[in-house]
Amino acid sequence: MPEIILSMQDITKTYPGVVALSNVSFNIKKGEVHGLLGENGAGKSTLIKVLSGAIKPDSGKIILGDTVYSHFEPRKALDLGIVVIYQELNLIPYLSVFENIFLGNEIMKHKLLDDRVMIEKTRQILKNLQINIDPKQKIKDLSIAYQQMIEIAKAVSQKANIIIMDEPTAPLSKTEVDNLFTLIDNLKKQNISIIYISHRLEEVFALTERVTVLRDGKHISTLDTCSTNRKKLISLMVGREIADTYPPGGYEKNKKVLEVEGLTGKKFKDISFYLKEGEILGIAGLVGAGRTEVGRAIFGADPLVKGKIFIQGKEVKISSPKDSINLGLGLMPEDRKEQGILLKLSVKHNVTLAALKSILKRTFISYRSENNIVNQYIKELGIKTPHLEQKAMFLSGGNQQKIVLAKWMASKSKILIFDEPTRGIDVGAKQEIYELMRKLTREGISIIMISSEMPELIGISDRILVMSNGEIKGELLKKEVTQDKVLELAAGFSGLPEECSDEVK
Amino acid sequence: MRLNRKITSKYGMLFILIALFIFFSLSSKAFLTQQNITNILRQFAMLGVSAVGMTFIILTGGIDLSVGSVMGFTGVIAAIGMVNFGLNPFIACLFALLSSSLVGAINGLAITKFKIPPLIATLGMLTSVRGITYILTGGLPIFGFPESFNFLGRGMIGPLPVPVLIMILIFLLGWIVLYKTRYGRHLYAIGGNAEVARLSGISVQKNLFFTYVLSALFTGLAGIIMLSRLNSCQPTTGTGFELDVITAVVLGGISIAGGEGSFIGVVIGIFIIGILTNGMILMNIYEYYQQLIKGLVLLLAVGIDQYYKHSGKNT
Repeated sequence: MPEIILSMQDITKTYPGVVALSNVSFNIKKGEVHGLLGENGAGKSTLIKVLSGAIKPDSGKIILGDTVYSHFEPRKALDLGIVVIYQELNLIPYLSVFENIFLGNEIMKHKLLDDRVMIEKTRQILKNLQINIDPKQKIKDLSIAYQQMIEIAKAVSQKANIIIMDEPTAPLSKTEVDNLFTLIDNLKKQNISIIYISHRLEEVFALTERVTVLRDGKHISTLDTCSTNRKKLISLMVGREIADTYPPGGYEKNKKVLEVEGLTGKKFKDISFYLKEGEILGIAGLVGAGRTEVGRAIFGADPLVKGKIFIQGKEVKISSPKDSINLGLGLMPEDRKEQGILLKLSVKHNVTLAALKSILKRTFISYRSENNIVNQYIKELGIKTPHLEQKAMFLSGGNQQKIVLAKWMASKSKILIFDEPTRGIDVGAKQEIYELMRKLTREGISIIMISSEMPELIGISDRILVMSNGEIKGELLKKEVTQDKVLELAAGFSGLPEECSDEVK
Repeated sequence: MRLNRKITSKYGMLFILIALFIFFSLSSKAFLTQQNITNILRQFAMLGVSAVGMTFIILTGGIDLSVGSVMGFTGVIAAIGMVNFGLNPFIACLFALLSSSLVGAINGLAITKFKIPPLIATLGMLTSVRGITYILTGGLPIFGFPESFNFLGRGMIGPLPVPVLIMILIFLLGWIVLYKTRYGRHLYAIGGNAEVARLSGISVQKNLFFTYVLSALFTGLAGIIMLSRLNSCQPTTGTGFELDVITAVVLGGISIAGGEGSFIGVVIGIFIIGILTNGMILMNIYEYYQQLIKGLVLLLAVGIDQYYKHSGKNT
């Protein structure tokens, strides 16, 4: 039985009008991977911020070894070996790997930087963690996955004993995820403890020994991972039984609304397929298979090298998003914050951004029609916002995604391209997005859905195309599709567990 | 406390304006006279007209450093037209406005086609357009305009000086464009995130180009008013004007990063600059100190504003 190295007791933090954490207790053992679960707003980030010293709790204590603390200062937390790996990485792109690892703790010789020693030490750290990178390489030349590893190596070099990882796999491909898991195993062997936050339950089962669920700022349960399962964890997170099923389809009509022939671009070639009215067409494949690029090219966001696009049977020329929007297309991009939503603008202005033409009264925007439209979609999509003028940056990921959807509904799009629509949003909101997608198809809207989450793709699609290396490798109908068949076509995919793995047991 | 903060951050600049107004009313008898108020308005009419275009540009996340030079350049074209070519003032002014728009078009092309960052593109134009005004004038002043040209800068319509009337009209136009037209909405979207704007069907490059032309056109108008007020064309007119305009816009709460800020804020910003300048002159503050105080007011006002915005976030 490994010892408990850190425990937080009865931590409470309130903001005006909100209780972010209410008497939450949490502990972590030496060399343990501890999953931290909860919907957005459950209090995960607040708890992490208390631990890293970013905020000061109102009450409660943190016990580390024999010492009791009321709170940490950021510097203190670092000195005690608590490091957070955030989703936005904190590396300097134009500096090299070793310079980043020793940033702020440079090794000096006669008041000058001792590069030779720092490079040697970096090489040693990377070797111990089995990371195969040259210490002299610039950060900007590394993939996100390797950058993340460098950040972890930096934590190790600073004698971290508790590493907190916030959604570390969100930007990674399957192989990269495997590499990260190996790295986490190596960290465990060095007796480093890990607090692992993820929306992907498969990973929690694959990695963790114990899991803590938070909801509405309260501690709900701490369980041995092997004593629970997916369904139970979801119900603990959401606080009610959630139908872990997908709304039924079958609304497609025998009419092709979109057809593409021989589409070729920089990262894909000779793509041909069709989309029927009221259909959800899933596109599966590995990260980098060219799925996003195909979606963007059809929408006119990136130029096509060659190929034909037909809408409602007529060949069309699309050279910009403006063209495709006029033809009734809409794109929900994978990077919501950089491509989908205007964070600084209000909910209202985001919703009507692509539909201003329809609310003009002569040449001027009619505030009344605008408010009516926005209110209608807020109601219809269940967008949670205090008022129309609220800036989008203050809403949760799920609500932001709904605003992007509302934007296309307001502009009367008939064909929607969803690129990773549920990335980074919580379980409850995911289910709502699925319901909305189905509702749209019932109303005659057709959807192309790109997703790396296999269960969701299989669950929601009427038909699935599988892409690999920029080409379509096959097509699977709803009744014949299984995870294995998709994986076989996409090549290199392996299934992820629904329960904890034998290895962990 | 929380409510206070909210009010302070929303109306902070208005409080500063009112405080300045009261301060100068109490410290100088001459301040609160109709004569002086008219004077203030007339003095910063040019600043107001030009600031509307600058507001549009800063909203997109850009900047226009060339406005001071454009102001001088427009005056030179109008003056040469009237004096050297004996053109009717109206025709000469049209030519001048056309020339200023041309400078804006070059700014726009440099930024949208050649992808030169706005700061650099308009810095280049600041220098070269000033060069042109010296070349055209040989560095010498031009005067002797037709009598009718005086009306624009020094005429009155009812109780209102013509420049003030023009400023009010441009303010109205600016407000309507920003809040009631698609173009205005698109400016906020582009400044918020140009890629999101593009993927929402907005012609980002076209809008940006147009905005730089518009800014130069407004500044051209300001340049003609200035020419008429001074009744002589100096090749140095408008030197440093860009800094006053940017100060007013930023003071008005338009985020230099783009996408944020309200038009009414800019109007308040312009009034603050105008009242401050006038009040200090009435109080006989030595000119060097005036500059120092203006700079400090900018830092203080924006500093207080930012402080409250950020402290509001963390509580």
